[in-house]
Amino acid sequence: MTPLLQPAIFVALICYVLAMAIATVRLLIGPSAQDRVLALDFLYVNALLIVLVLGIRLATDAYFEVALLIALFGFLGSAALAKFLLRGEVIE
Amino acid sequence: MSGDLAMWAIEGVTALLVIASGALSLVAALGFVRLDDFFQRLHPPALANTLGAWCASLASVLFLSMSEGRPVLKAFVIIFLLMMTAPITTALLARAALFRERQATGRVPPPLPMADQP
Repeated sequence: MTPLLQPAIFVALICYVLAMAIATVRLLIGPSAQDRVLALDFLYVNALLIVLVLGIRLATDAYFEVALLIALFGFLGSAALAKFLLRGEVIE
Repeated sequence: MSGDLAMWAIEGVTALLVIASGALSLVAALGFVRLDDFFQRLHPPALANTLGAWCASLASVLFLSMSEGRPVLKAFVIIFLLMMTAPITTALLARAALFRERQATGRVPPPLPMADQP
């Protein structure tokens, strides 16, 4: 790892964490339920990006499966929550 | 020596892509907090979903392919998954928001004439 890449990854990880913190503000203040669901959606995408970039940092592709599972289950959760907002029940 | 130069070039490109991805995420979060209306707030997270994820995955593919000495293309699966799921989530949330706003305040555009017909 060259001295070029390490600070870049550090800066990017800080950016992701800041983005997650800012999105948490939206998650807490709302004002509506769909805002909170959208904030959760944004949070899982950021967590996925953090895992991907950590995979670069540690120079291993073992983190790929983690990112894939976060993407899958994050989508499932968001879709279920949106469906719940639409109908008031998840399974019809 | 040329291999060393190629390594530096690839790591430079990887660094640029990673920083771009982080900046896009940050901009998306700022827009998500600052915009006024939910339907406006639907837009900024797409920045992180599309270009941010593309940049991070391309960086991962580039760097891991270089460090392992063989093509490691797994990260494209994540791009493909996000490409399919992000619009579904957005459309479902927009529908839910439209439905709830219409029930709560009625201050939303009326449904299209085509939408009422079975």
